[in-house]
Amino acid sequence: MASAVGGAEARDLTVTSWGGSYQDAQREVYFQPFMSQTGTKLVEDSWNGGVGALRAKVEGGNADWDVVQVEAEELVLGCEEGLFEELDWAALGGRDKFIPAAVHDCGVGAIVWTTLITYDGAKLKDGPKSWADFWDVQKFPGKRGLRRGPKYTLEFALMADGVEPSQVYQLLGTDAGVDRAFKKLDQIKPHMVWWEAGAQPLQLLASGEVAMTSAYNARVTAANKSDNRDFRIVWPGGVYAVDSWVILRDSPNREAGMDLIAFMSDPTRQKDLPPKVPYGVTAKEATALVDPAVLPIMPTESGNLAVGLELDTEFWVANVERLTERFNAWIGQ
Amino acid sequence: MNLKAQLRRTERRRKLEAVALVAPLFVFLAVFFLAPIGLMLVRSVDNSELPSVMPDTASALRAWDGAGLPPEDVFAAFARELAAGQRDRSLSGVAKRLTYEIPNMRSVLFATARGLPDAPDGTWRQTLAARNPAWSEPETWAVMRRAAAPVTPYYLLAAVDREIDASGSVVRVSADRAIYVDIFARTFWIAAVVTVWCLALGYPLAYKLASLPPRVSNLLMILVLLPFWTSILVRTGAWVVLLQREGPINETLQWIGLIGEPVQLVYNRVGVYVAMVHILLPFMVLPLYSVMRGISPAYVRAATSLGATPFTAFRRVYLPQTIPGIGAGCLLVFILGVGYYITPALVGGAGDQMVSYFVAFFTNQTINWGMAAALGSVLLLATLLLYWVYARLVGVDRMRMG
Repeated sequence: MASAVGGAEARDLTVTSWGGSYQDAQREVYFQPFMSQTGTKLVEDSWNGGVGALRAKVEGGNADWDVVQVEAEELVLGCEEGLFEELDWAALGGRDKFIPAAVHDCGVGAIVWTTLITYDGAKLKDGPKSWADFWDVQKFPGKRGLRRGPKYTLEFALMADGVEPSQVYQLLGTDAGVDRAFKKLDQIKPHMVWWEAGAQPLQLLASGEVAMTSAYNARVTAANKSDNRDFRIVWPGGVYAVDSWVILRDSPNREAGMDLIAFMSDPTRQKDLPPKVPYGVTAKEATALVDPAVLPIMPTESGNLAVGLELDTEFWVANVERLTERFNAWIGQ
Repeated sequence: MNLKAQLRRTERRRKLEAVALVAPLFVFLAVFFLAPIGLMLVRSVDNSELPSVMPDTASALRAWDGAGLPPEDVFAAFARELAAGQRDRSLSGVAKRLTYEIPNMRSVLFATARGLPDAPDGTWRQTLAARNPAWSEPETWAVMRRAAAPVTPYYLLAAVDREIDASGSVVRVSADRAIYVDIFARTFWIAAVVTVWCLALGYPLAYKLASLPPRVSNLLMILVLLPFWTSILVRTGAWVVLLQREGPINETLQWIGLIGEPVQLVYNRVGVYVAMVHILLPFMVLPLYSVMRGISPAYVRAATSLGATPFTAFRRVYLPQTIPGIGAGCLLVFILGVGYYITPALVGGAGDQMVSYFVAFFTNQTINWGMAAALGSVLLLATLLLYWVYARLVGVDRMRMG
């Protein structure tokens, strides 16, 4: 409350990411070094996504965030609506320095991450291998965890119904495809525990509440490392996407925010992130610098990419409101 | 100065003093309670998204009779303000409002606005229709016309699963979108079940507390109040730990051999009931206790000495005297229960969320404040209605809050 009294100008540079072990790693690799090297005071916050939250911040008139890590469709929607500042690409070293999916007028890619199935190897010796197994509650008894919302959930449902990853979005573009996904979801509905924050699925898995769950790949690795778990990752059918850094419109800390983003886009810094949280990095040179021991557990490893599905941002930009409404009705019934 | 005038002056001063004493609370209530409720009611019918960004289009649409396609001046005003909105990035509000009624309107609007020419190719009607077929659909323009009115029944209707169809009459929404009536019913049902449980558990407890000597009962009262003073979040979190599959309750039940497999106690309705009853129980115990404390044990003794069985004495002498406490306790627990959000969100499953969850969802996630306000208004109205019925049955003057 005290900071609100000082007005927007007096506010410290605030960076908002996704919390948990991921943000802990970002703090070590990016935030702390940035503070000690530039002397800029940096405040952190975390969120669970949703373009609505950004609309509220910017249109509410007292945005207390500056640099925010957003998901792909939040980047597109927010940029279209003017919620973000346009980035100064010259200061970032030009667009060619990054993988193509990481380049946008309003944002630069932070990580490539995958949402996939994970289960506890200590409890399930012969675990699930696909989304069809995830749906098979006879073979693998127990509850299932998925992120609450239509995004990912509908893709997973279609893959569980035997749809090839390459056909998923083509099918979801039709009413019949959406109906088919919801019909498949009906089968698993009584066994579901829905999660909202990225740290939750691992807690659910650790407490034995669910037998398997979707989760973000690096969170699984982090849980194994910090809590001595044996959580296994199932790469086939994982959906990968790029998260980006943006600066909220009319940020009083625009310059400092650009400095921070440039700092975080430097390949020699990015290379230190995967050993802590094995997400893929976005600066082209960075991947070559990453410790080779980490490569097999990164989404950008070619074998892992080959069995995954790239999130179709365009599809979700066009359909997120409609499908969220339908999903909420479905889940509430 | 005569006596009368003096008296009047003293009277006036007294009145002023009384007003001055009440004024801070009154101002507080007006600013922080009545005004927000009023604003919420206004929000639930507010329709200013399109008129504020496209004032000319809105007035042209209002002048149109609504039959078929609108005249050229509507198209022209719309095209001009669409281009302007695209330039200063104010279109998102309009897009959001229109998407509520036609799901893909966001893409239609932005695709039409992107690179819209300054001058029409033929008429604006043809130009817009060529850029996107949606603009030659009468239904699109019927929605546009509804969005141009200063107030809308859209949100309030949607909050009770109704909508206005193409012909302008109110109809039920399709089954795969109809949820809110069920959610209101569920909300009141959960609150009612919790109230009944609180009464069943709280009545004997309050009776015991009231009949013990003050020193013992004060000590026991602390056991009621201690959790009452603990944060709801902490208590709900504690229930998650206790009730989970590998939590102490399941492990104990398995250890004593009552169950073979862990039972599902959390992330479902059972968890919601357990946690809500625990949190709301003090609101039942306190009014009951205060009423029971005032009942002289002599009445029941007199009844039994006149030949009544203990049950008759309880039913005909003791129970009627506790009605004010029962009335107040039930009303408190029910109304607090109806507004619950945190507890069902943490210990309930997807099918156990109450109206407040959706108010929060629309407020925080999609920023559809109209919908959030409409759900809030319907909840307020339904609660007031239930209160009125309840007050008729129990009698407000017979309630004692403690």
